[in-house]
Amino acid sequence: MAASPILEINNVHASYGNIKALKGISLKVMEGEIVSIIGANGAGKSTALMCICGIVPVSEGDVRYQGASILQTAAEKLPIMGLCQVPEGRRIFPRLSVKENLILGAFYRRDNDEIDNDIERVFSYFPVLKERFDQHGGTLSGGEQQMLAIGRALMSRPKLLLLDEPSLGLAPMIVQRIFEIIEEVNKKDGVTVLLVEQNANLALQSSVRGYVLETGSVTMEDDAELLLNNQEIRKAYLGE
Amino acid sequence: MDVFIQQVINALTLGGLYALIALGYTMVYGVIQLINFAHGEFFAAGGYIGVLLLGVMGGMGYMETHPWLCLSISLVLTMAYCAFLAMGVERIAYKPLRKQTRLAALISALGMSIFLSNGMMLARGPLDQPYPLQYSSGGFEFGLITINNLQIVIWVLTAVLLVGLNILVFKTRIGMAMRATAQDKVMSSLVAISANKIIALTFAIGAGLAAAAGIMVGLYYGSVRYDMGFVPGIKAFAAAVLGGIGNITGAMIGGFIIGTVEVFGAAYISGEYKDVFAFIILIAVLYFKPTGIMGENIDDTRV
Repeated sequence: MAASPILEINNVHASYGNIKALKGISLKVMEGEIVSIIGANGAGKSTALMCICGIVPVSEGDVRYQGASILQTAAEKLPIMGLCQVPEGRRIFPRLSVKENLILGAFYRRDNDEIDNDIERVFSYFPVLKERFDQHGGTLSGGEQQMLAIGRALMSRPKLLLLDEPSLGLAPMIVQRIFEIIEEVNKKDGVTVLLVEQNANLALQSSVRGYVLETGSVTMEDDAELLLNNQEIRKAYLGE
Repeated sequence: MDVFIQQVINALTLGGLYALIALGYTMVYGVIQLINFAHGEFFAAGGYIGVLLLGVMGGMGYMETHPWLCLSISLVLTMAYCAFLAMGVERIAYKPLRKQTRLAALISALGMSIFLSNGMMLARGPLDQPYPLQYSSGGFEFGLITINNLQIVIWVLTAVLLVGLNILVFKTRIGMAMRATAQDKVMSSLVAISANKIIALTFAIGAGLAAAAGIMVGLYYGSVRYDMGFVPGIKAFAAAVLGGIGNITGAMIGGFIIGTVEVFGAAYISGEYKDVFAFIILIAVLYFKPTGIMGENIDDTRV
């Protein structure tokens, strides 16, 4: 593992109105790692990702990407710096075609030949998208939409990919396939991955390290393997 | 029969103008869900700036020697001016309210409308501003039917603008980004699209189209007035609602329908009720099919 942290979150607080969603969380992602944040519904996992991407304002604390604070950086500048998110619910543009969704993933890029190559590369990961190329995103199945969402994110050539619940609502076979591809993207393309999941078992199996988030605070952090074998975790998140 | 064909010609002309104005309403609504009630004023401002520029060029003697070049230059400059005006209005009157309730921006739009039309009155006085008449002379006559040059100019220009807009919105990257922003602003910022820039661009395009319509209305009817934006603005709004607000193709269709109904209503029912027909349609659409012709299910061409 490379030693420098690509992402560092220090004591981040965030709220929606009077409701405190994050009560000072800190975490670190090293270059090349797959790290997961596990936790129950409403623990603040998605909020944490939205804070990193500049969508939800951070009221206290700091978010550092590649060594510099990005709190003052406009959300739409972050993908250009290689920080990219596949948000919860996938958020495919429903009335744009699969092709257009993918092209928009590379919106800031001007290297058209390379963009075409990258579309082919996305097809090699997700061949089904090729068949759906001219279809509206909204007409795809949940699994296909997740594939398209990941494909769209890859089109921006991310250095750090934030994935919010990629397994949500999908059939186990498709989930398996999507996690294989996440690992492949990590190994082959060197993309660092920060993964948010309710499916703790799956997430931790793919990860190097993990954080446990409970009602807005990090309650545990460790190597993924140790977390997988931890009795409390097994009880609380793995249903034993 | 001659009368009928003549009315079809008139309806095409008027309908195209309504379509150009209606697009601004529908595009802005598509992107930020705001009915921009100041939009009619961009149309009026177009008429005003156009007559100003033609006057200046006339004063320099170019109108006699190069009338069509003068008109083209005026048109381009006017569209650009109104595009910047609209971006300014958005920045001052709507952007600060974007996080507030929709009603706040709506009231701000009404205020902006009053401000702009009164601004024009203060700048140029309350009287009609006459347009040069030289463009409407000449044309074709087939028996009792006449098509003058100006109508042909309006048709060609309307067609060029409508086709150009369709290409921009449905075939280019920037159009793709506009449609994406209309569908999901958070997600579009996650793919590096600046919502602020797209919103400004949407206002600029809408106002540019309305400004072109403003000049053409000035030429067609021979004059413009500071309050000319109000009634055509509301009729174009009716056209946008009829087509399905937020839907670009719908606004074009709606514009032509409103234009046709108005012209035929005036010819065959009563000229006095000319302005009423558009509003009857608006009320009927809101009552029977609030989503408009292209709304809801047929949503391929929404912004």
